[in-house]
Amino acid sequence: MRNLISITDLDVREIEQLIYTADDIMKNPAAYSEKCRGKKLATLFFEPSTRTRLSFEAAMYELGGHVLGFSESNSSSATKGESVADTVKVVSYYADIIAMRHPKEGAPLVGAMNSTVPIINAGDGGHNHPTQTLTDLFTIYREKGGFDNLTVGLCGDLKFGRTVHSLILALARYKNVKFVLISPSELKVPDYIKHEVLDKCEAGYVETADLMSVMPELDILYMTRVQRERFFNETDYVRLKDSYVLTLPKLDTAKKDLCVMHPLPRVNEISVEVDKDPRACYFKQAENGKYIRMALIMKLLEVK
Amino acid sequence: MVINPIKDGIVLDHIKAGNAMELYNILNLGELECSVAIIKNADSVKMGKKDVLKIDQIIDIDFNVLAIVDPGITVNIIRDGKLIKRTHLELPSVVKNVLKCQNPRCITATEQELTHIFKLTDPENRVYRCIYCETKAKNYSGNN
Repeated sequence: MRNLISITDLDVREIEQLIYTADDIMKNPAAYSEKCRGKKLATLFFEPSTRTRLSFEAAMYELGGHVLGFSESNSSSATKGESVADTVKVVSYYADIIAMRHPKEGAPLVGAMNSTVPIINAGDGGHNHPTQTLTDLFTIYREKGGFDNLTVGLCGDLKFGRTVHSLILALARYKNVKFVLISPSELKVPDYIKHEVLDKCEAGYVETADLMSVMPELDILYMTRVQRERFFNETDYVRLKDSYVLTLPKLDTAKKDLCVMHPLPRVNEISVEVDKDPRACYFKQAENGKYIRMALIMKLLEVK
Repeated sequence: MVINPIKDGIVLDHIKAGNAMELYNILNLGELECSVAIIKNADSVKMGKKDVLKIDQIIDIDFNVLAIVDPGITVNIIRDGKLIKRTHLELPSVVKNVLKCQNPRCITATEQELTHIFKLTDPENRVYRCIYCETKAKNYSGNN
């Protein structure tokens, strides 16, 4: 039985297989509409989420399966003090696979240690969000045809941004990927990711606070939101939340085939006027998320 | 300075100079009724200066704790006045309930019955990380 807790639980070949499957589902959705008939997905969302939960639910429905679960901890027994381990043990009896989001880092791993069915980490605090990473990789694959030799700009909250951490881990395994880390000094990528991942990348990485100075060299610009819920201190949040706002004029110096990505939801870090630019890929990204989650559910349920 | 040899007991040798008292506290040696000798800043050919702890009783010692505090320690077991076993410590690849995660966002911060598990991720720099949140362990201290 396999779980997906961190993107590194999947090797490069497995990720490619998921991408090929997702691509095929997009082309032939009818061929997959009964693949998970009779199977149940439990969505245990201890923290509010819209797109990730709906994406999982849509994915399971489009595979012909069923969905049960809760969308905030107030409607679960967690409010009565039940442990993650106990919740998962019980839900394992009712569902064939579990997607879990939890505000505490490591909660899905605790779930996996106590589950008899596969667990998918749908986001654990500021730590990991591997299905967002699969979504991002699938989007890059569709837009760029592969991952080697890309210059990838990551912009915004690189400290608490779990999507950024997972994406770095995933892309660092490909050839000659150069990372450009764009953030205010308070929101830089944590040292352990630099020392244990980025320092080992053949193409290396650069850190800057100035988005415009690096814009012309980017193949991918991955924007992130500064999230209120990651801060203990409201003052720090207010001070940093508008650090980077992408507007149409700022894209003047960008490559014509730049791919602008964002895990969504955005607040104001990408101006709405950018949406109509062909380089804006973030809504396509949201669509891709459903298909890659369909491929993942099939893989973990060992459905052929 | 003369300290009588022990008959049945443990000698923790090659302790980094200055670490003996910390180990004394971590291993709760103050609670033992037997003789315990704390030797500080002894001359050492290998280390220049070293600390040594002599415990006049065979007790259970968690070698993982010792290794994390000071992996250079040599553990000598003495029976009937003779050295019967000498152990050179190795950094354990996994430690359970030895280190405690300090990250307030970690699941172990709210679910306190969970086993605190750390993995050795960088042996060269003795870096342990929490398996749940991957936060780097702080240096061991008995009450952390």
